[in-house]
Amino acid sequence: MLIKTNKPGDLSESAVTPESTYLKRRTLLKGLGLGGLLLVGPARAGVLDLFSSDKDDKQPGAARKPLDFTAQTPKPDLPLTPENKVTNHNNFYEFGTDKTDPARESQSLKIEPWTLTVEGEVEKPGTVDVWQLMADTALEERIYRMRCVEAWSMVIPWVGFELGKFLQRFRPTSRARYVAFETLYDPGQMPGQKNRYLGGGIDYPYVEGLRIDEAMHPLAILSVGLYGKTLPTQNGAPIRLVVPWKYGFKGIKSIVRIRLVEQMPPTTWNKLAANEYGFYANVNPAVDHPRWSQASERFIGPGGPLSVKRQPTLPFNGYGERVASLYSGMDLKKYY
Amino acid sequence: MATIQRTGGARPLQWRKGAAVALQVAVHLGAAAPLLWLFFAIQQGALGGDPVEALIHFLGLGALRLLMLTLLVSPLASSLSFGQLNRLRRPLGLWCCVWALLHFGAWLAFELAFDWSLIATELVERSYILVGFAALLLLLALAVTSLPALMRRMGRNWKKLHGFIYPLVLLACWHFWWSLKSGWVEPAIYLAIAIFLLSLRRKKIAGWGRGLSPASRG
Repeated sequence: MLIKTNKPGDLSESAVTPESTYLKRRTLLKGLGLGGLLLVGPARAGVLDLFSSDKDDKQPGAARKPLDFTAQTPKPDLPLTPENKVTNHNNFYEFGTDKTDPARESQSLKIEPWTLTVEGEVEKPGTVDVWQLMADTALEERIYRMRCVEAWSMVIPWVGFELGKFLQRFRPTSRARYVAFETLYDPGQMPGQKNRYLGGGIDYPYVEGLRIDEAMHPLAILSVGLYGKTLPTQNGAPIRLVVPWKYGFKGIKSIVRIRLVEQMPPTTWNKLAANEYGFYANVNPAVDHPRWSQASERFIGPGGPLSVKRQPTLPFNGYGERVASLYSGMDLKKYY
Repeated sequence: MATIQRTGGARPLQWRKGAAVALQVAVHLGAAAPLLWLFFAIQQGALGGDPVEALIHFLGLGALRLLMLTLLVSPLASSLSFGQLNRLRRPLGLWCCVWALLHFGAWLAFELAFDWSLIATELVERSYILVGFAALLLLLALAVTSLPALMRRMGRNWKKLHGFIYPLVLLACWHFWWSLKSGWVEPAIYLAIAIFLLSLRRKKIAGWGRGLSPASRG
């Protein structure tokens, strides 16, 4: 897969770090005794066991598999968020509303086999085996900024493929104006779906949507991995959406269905609080969340657990040169 | 001391004094131990890859619980005819203030990274933060004036000031409710407990309210 290194907006993202660098870095950290989960894991378990019911069949991270992909070199001005922070600070309300809940509660999610159905306004609807898809598709690494609507951010090396190219296989018709996504609905496996309180009062399944031109944009990807391996369950295994110029909640996880539709589809957070979360949800420092400023963000980067860096938020999360034209003529204060 | 010796109930016995002292020790240990746990939990990664949000919530919720416990003391003391119990109010209230200050400090330091211009606008423009800040200022006023010397010097005004613990607990619940991204069950439970605790002393509160109005100044 070709990576277009010189496009504006790709600026700092389009660098390439071979997987060996991650491995080296991990070895180094281990050597220093600061290693991520590998070292902290056993100690964590000891502390957490006091507070969690005994579920013994959990082996965090054990199921992740290495992926073949075209790597991207990280640029020095875009330091990656360490893997253990990416995988231990998650919003995935199906597994609880605390940031640490998904890593703890999602490990038993059965992600193999997994099918993804594409239907609606397409000439060739179909259901694909996601694991087969991973093996058959040329995967590429995309190092993207991730900006959560809660005003924190990360830089994550995703592995995946372009959503647009994937959708083209199903031949969208001229009536396909929007793309609707749906997460797995399985209350037996997802405690937040079974219990409204645990799930933050959300109506499940989680649904998201994009306009067709947004979905076809080359920056929008379906991710199947991060840090060189398949996705951890808490990050949306086995397949999730990543739209780097939008707030993180647009990045729907553990997708089972994609429907191309004519009308703007409902989206979960918009249904819950329309005055706080819009359909577009483009990262925009000029439009505050009613309850907090979006002008700056807390970057969760390398360093100790409480090392803090506050940085300005960029319009379209820094991808404006690539995507702003999608919204020319639109009042972004109205269509937030 | 803030102790109110009840005369109507059973006579305070020596063992009760001992029990009250033991309870005071328990209050100090109980309020300090979770802070120690928090320190190690963060070190160990038990609060996740980025503990900031969990840290702020833990401290805020702790402060709210301590406030509830403070308000539980005097109804408990009178229903058990155990006046010594009232000695727990001051340490509980002061610990509540410590937790609330840590909660606010964690937000300033770890969420906003001491970006003062941002702090200023957030304090003014975000209603849930404003509500929390108002509660914190009230709490600070109560904590500072809990010094026995000040208490004596303030006389009747001390009671007037310390009656503000009643609106304070409602502000704290309100702040909690508004701070959540979704869900309302947990803050609703806290609010219900707060309203229950206030309803136990509704006559006292009504008296306090009348005492505040200028007409009643004598």
